[in-house]
Amino acid sequence: MSALKLENNGIRFDLQIVASWIEPGAKVLDLGCGEGDLLDYLRKNRQVSGTGIECVESKVAHAIERGLSVLHGDINEEIDDYADNSFDYVILSQTLQQVYEPSELIRSLLRIGKKGIVSFPNFSHWGIRLQLLFSGYAPISRQLPYEWYDTPNIRVITIKDFRKFSKEVGFRILKEVAINTNSHNQKGSIINFLPNLRATYGIFLIGKGAS
Amino acid sequence: MSEYIEHDRHGISVGLVEKKFFTFAEPPEKMALESGAKLGPVTIAYETYGRLNAEKSNAILICHALSGDSHVAGYYEEDDPKPGWWDIMVGPGKGIDTDKFFVVCTNILGSCMGSTGPSSMNPETKKPYGRDFPLVTVGDMVRAQRALLDDLEIEKVLSVIGGSIGGMQVLEWCVRYPEMVVSAIPLATTTKHSALAIAFNEVARQAIMADPNWKGGDYYADSKPDHGLAVARMIGHITYLSDESMRLKFGRQLKDKNNFSFHFDADFQVESYLRYQGTKFVERFDANSFLYITKAADYYDLEKKYGDGSAVEAFSRAKAKFLVVSFTSDWLYPTYQSKSMVQAMKKNGLDVSFCEIEAEWGHDAFLLPNQRLTALMKGFLERVCLEIGK
Repeated sequence: MSALKLENNGIRFDLQIVASWIEPGAKVLDLGCGEGDLLDYLRKNRQVSGTGIECVESKVAHAIERGLSVLHGDINEEIDDYADNSFDYVILSQTLQQVYEPSELIRSLLRIGKKGIVSFPNFSHWGIRLQLLFSGYAPISRQLPYEWYDTPNIRVITIKDFRKFSKEVGFRILKEVAINTNSHNQKGSIINFLPNLRATYGIFLIGKGAS
Repeated sequence: MSEYIEHDRHGISVGLVEKKFFTFAEPPEKMALESGAKLGPVTIAYETYGRLNAEKSNAILICHALSGDSHVAGYYEEDDPKPGWWDIMVGPGKGIDTDKFFVVCTNILGSCMGSTGPSSMNPETKKPYGRDFPLVTVGDMVRAQRALLDDLEIEKVLSVIGGSIGGMQVLEWCVRYPEMVVSAIPLATTTKHSALAIAFNEVARQAIMADPNWKGGDYYADSKPDHGLAVARMIGHITYLSDESMRLKFGRQLKDKNNFSFHFDADFQVESYLRYQGTKFVERFDANSFLYITKAADYYDLEKKYGDGSAVEAFSRAKAKFLVVSFTSDWLYPTYQSKSMVQAMKKNGLDVSFCEIEAEWGHDAFLLPNQRLTALMKGFLERVCLEIGK
């Protein structure tokens, strides 16, 4: 575990890490921005002009109400309208596990953005492994707190899977951080030792070109 | 759409307001219209609420729809039964906050609520224009609004806001005078009418023109084509609602009876409602104005006019920050039309927010009390103020 100096401004720990990778003044698109916590943080602390895309009406409305620029729509469709390299960073935060065509989306993401930031709950965390081994039921964790029949998540991903995926799709992993935190927590820690086993989330900075 | 549907009788209001008039294009300096015809003098009725700040940076222009007028908010007299048509949105602390903003609304060119239109006196004949009134376009309406703002010495508007045909004016403002528009809120609108919208307008116009009292538009000395105009309004009202809202509001309920009358009186609630709306409308609106304004709306085609058919090209002229809003049950200006303008704005790298609000009340939804819409507009306007450092 290593200590990282992060400004805790009321946003989730994983979002604090994402924010720390973005330079002031950058142009950012947040795919699946929810109520716009990250964008709001970036705007206030990093002078970042951000745009969000969100499909849930109430979340879109809340984000616009707090003064963010947000589009109501499906990320797979909305992403097509932007010109190449329109953004410095395109963020896909905890949404990859809900995407139907991940490779297509990642390609689009790296078309419209110079860099991408992708994060997801790590399904190979030891807690999940043990649950499956000993209980025999589909695992339920704090990060993925759903029964198999009511989950919005259509796939499960591990940190190792994503590294392999980068080679298959053909993008570069520029930075990688594994963290241990819970879904809504503002506190957490960075995992350097055995991340695939010990981290609850993986966060990747990705770029164009084969790794 | 149906202005004057809902109001907050006991709420906070801008209070007593006054309708003002501005006249320009006095002959021989007549206004050259987009059709090539010339018109003058032109009078524009308008109202203002709130205070223009010293920098003149807090002006908001509201554009009304088909049957609206300059009376957006407040009362003319203490005992007015109703406030202006968007009193729920415009006032102290409301979605468009008159404590912060200087709000201007004009009655559109071609209307009959104080601005020059077919029912106005033709100075050459000393009689109402009737059908001698030239066809005006959405572009002409906007140019007349511009003339007023010039007179008020307002060089930039913080926001242009409007729904339906008012939304068309908003879009026209953004591409015609991009340097003047800081932000824009087009609500429940489109860059061009669909065949469906044109079809309904045409049927409404035919209803007016089929009324024997219409007399080719020259009816001002005699009985007016009230029946035709009422039917036109009834058709309009159908398009402003939705299948769902009509089912919830009326269903198949009968009006003050348990059985059918077996003649052609209004049996159903919905019939009675439409008749009432029709009758009420003829008291305040001119049939010729209805013809002229619906035609202007049907002619409007932002893509064709500014982009050779391409919305992306058309919006390349725009500079404003946009908040685009549509409503789920609006079948007159369905969401796909808002989405296509949003797409064109995105492709031009414009700052655009979009929300499709869940609403069961059809096209009329934007005039009904809606906390979501109020909050969206408030948040958006606050951000715009912040970003221009006001």
